[in-house]
Amino acid sequence: MALDFGYGISKPRSIDLDRNEFYKGNAVLGKMPELQTCIGCGSCTATCTAGALTDFNFRRLHTRIRRGEFKGIYDEINKCMLCGKCRLTCPRGINTRGVVQLIKRNMGELQSE
Amino acid sequence: MAGRGASWQEYQKQIADDRYYYARSCIRQNFFPGSERAFLRMLREELGRDICDDPLHTSCTGIGYHSDIVPLETIMTVVARQFALMAEAGYEHFVTSCITSFGIYNEILNTWDEFPETEERTRRYLKEATGRELVRPKSIAHTSDVVFHFRDRIAERAKRRLVNVVTGEPLRVVEHIGCHYAKIFPKSGIGGAEFPYVLAGMIESWGGSCVDYPERRHCCGFGFRNYLVQANRGYSIANSHKKLESMAPYKPDFIVANCPGCSMFLDKWQYAIAEIEGTTYGADGRGIPVLTYEEMAGLVLGYDPWELGMQFHQVDVEPLLEKMGVDYDPAAKYLGRDGKYIGKPDAAVVNGGPDNRVYRIRE
Amino acid sequence: MKRVIIIGGGIAGMRSALRLAEAGLHPVLIERDAELGGKLRNWHALFPDFTQAAGVLDELRTAVARRGIEVHTGCTVRRFDARSAELADGSRLEGDAAILASGFTLFDARIKEEYGYGLYEQVCTSADIERMLNEGGLPAAPRRIAFLHCVGSRDEKVCQKHCSRVCCITGVKQAMELKKRYPEAEIFNFYMDIRMFGPGYEELYREAQLHSNIHFIRGRISEAAPTFDGRLQIKAEDTLTGRPLRMSVDLLVLLVGMRANADNAALAASAGLELAPSGFFAPRDPFLGNVRSAAEGIFLAGTATAPKTIGETLNEAIAAADAAAEYLKTR
Repeated sequence: MALDFGYGISKPRSIDLDRNEFYKGNAVLGKMPELQTCIGCGSCTATCTAGALTDFNFRRLHTRIRRGEFKGIYDEINKCMLCGKCRLTCPRGINTRGVVQLIKRNMGELQSE
Repeated sequence: MAGRGASWQEYQKQIADDRYYYARSCIRQNFFPGSERAFLRMLREELGRDICDDPLHTSCTGIGYHSDIVPLETIMTVVARQFALMAEAGYEHFVTSCITSFGIYNEILNTWDEFPETEERTRRYLKEATGRELVRPKSIAHTSDVVFHFRDRIAERAKRRLVNVVTGEPLRVVEHIGCHYAKIFPKSGIGGAEFPYVLAGMIESWGGSCVDYPERRHCCGFGFRNYLVQANRGYSIANSHKKLESMAPYKPDFIVANCPGCSMFLDKWQYAIAEIEGTTYGADGRGIPVLTYEEMAGLVLGYDPWELGMQFHQVDVEPLLEKMGVDYDPAAKYLGRDGKYIGKPDAAVVNGGPDNRVYRIRE
Repeated sequence: MKRVIIIGGGIAGMRSALRLAEAGLHPVLIERDAELGGKLRNWHALFPDFTQAAGVLDELRTAVARRGIEVHTGCTVRRFDARSAELADGSRLEGDAAILASGFTLFDARIKEEYGYGLYEQVCTSADIERMLNEGGLPAAPRRIAFLHCVGSRDEKVCQKHCSRVCCITGVKQAMELKKRYPEAEIFNFYMDIRMFGPGYEELYREAQLHSNIHFIRGRISEAAPTFDGRLQIKAEDTLTGRPLRMSVDLLVLLVGMRANADNAALAASAGLELAPSGFFAPRDPFLGNVRSAAEGIFLAGTATAPKTIGETLNEAIAAADAAAEYLKTR
């Protein structure tokens, strides 16, 4: 048995792109390549119905998927109320609502990692 | 490392050649008492230098300061007292054994330059409290700077080199520099903050080769309040863990550090990591020995490893001594002064001791 | 015929000389290097449409030769004023007005020690990339490339507070060029801000994201270190997810900025010119006097006053020549 010193060894918080399945997000990007053109303006989150009341943050969520970080994605994506307001506001013309649905559709695969 | 020689040349500093006033380290007197003694012996006996080891001086209180226990005014006055003692003893060149102290001394001198009223206030406090006069040193150096300064003289007097006597290959050495050596003031360190040369220069002069690995510049995780508070130790130890994982593929023969905290942590955390996570490092999982630069210099000069205090290490140094061809008495390891038995630690797997656990050896 | 001394035989100097010759004046081009062309000689292709640099340069050089313009190459100007320039060998060239088109210095990436330029062979600069593209490509096909923006720009630590302007679009352009040559390579651009100010720049940026699959990560690389398998480990913060990020790359490209020439202060002192805090020459004012200097009869063109694009530099060279011609009409 491991000795208990009253502390453990903290796990690194880094996004490690050498380890991450970087192209897991390809299922999403392949269908909606314009997601890659996001410039991180945050207007989707600013206008988000769910984001006003929960910690749902669409900009951060899809960025994490593009970096191959899928932990907790399922719980978070389900907070989206699919109202579509974010799509109206996106200056890059990204079909954000479509991206949310694509993520949900691919959730099984994304979650398995 | 190619090109590194050119880089450090741009960071040169004046290191006094003689007549030093010595300030000791709190941690080292407890964990590496042999190192400070070896430093004095080297300077006096090998190099014929005058160094004052003044019983009147105290801790710089840096650990207390960095842990929010000692206020700024207090540490400034304590530092001023050290300088006053130096002047009273007739010395001008201040050398400090501790990296934390080295950072403190440099930071306080710079603060006095930037905010002269703080120097005046400190001068007044010192006078009121002790009757002493603050005199600024002509130079401040870390003791690793001084050993660096004399590295070629030490090489001339070497009894053995940092070479594997069986294979004839240079030993692979990981050098670790304490953060406060040059990360606060890059110009205060030989080689600057990114490619410090102070230990690398010694290693090269004495026949070893330096390992450049991804996390070379990373902090050991000491961080004062982070290891002092048990709840924070998880991310303190994680930093040493990260370094050990990063250096493991290079199969270093030993680690050398110039900071008291780093030497202690990189050594002792190897035990903690083995017990918490079941991972051990080094050949056969027997750990990677961690040396101070005085121990490294001492072995090169032919000093006895037990005289150097190497039995105080967590990771056994014997495999390294054998690689270097050091003639040592295994039975004398736990005999202190006058041959008195000083006690022996329990066997730990990090030293290849008996244990019924299965450990993952990270090589 | 009135003579105009032009200090600097890069694209600005050459374009000014041609304009002056067209106006019936006698330009005298002084160039420090052995041949005309300046920095553009070492460049491969130009943003935003990948025009070959050699084409632009050849056209200018051919026109200068065809016009029979007086050219002094291999000559460094020690001091000057509106009427004369003293060269390093002590000789003097006389004139009636002067145009200063002395350009800029590429930031020496070795100063940012944390990236290991000059120490690690996997680290190169944007200028090295242009050279390698001219020579036919990289030594080996990289699996992963990182571009780092703002090396020697917007950085108080190296006394370079200004934005060098052209590096952002250069990073986009070079990323696309490398992706075209090495389609299997994953390419990342690490940036603090993306500044796409010129016509067609934003469009090229979008093109790089959408069709070249270049990844843009908002965060500045903090250090590069060698890995066991001969690559480089880089660290940055992915500021848009708020997490540290690390990865190994085969090539780290430092997009080096433009800095003021080291001899600007001496030249300014000799001619009575003023320097901006950035160390570049200060125009008389940023609007109607933007190619005029503080000194009578001395005009400024191109990157001597601030980082500029090729197009802006060429335009300014014409404006400076016109201002000089205008000035000489009244003499």
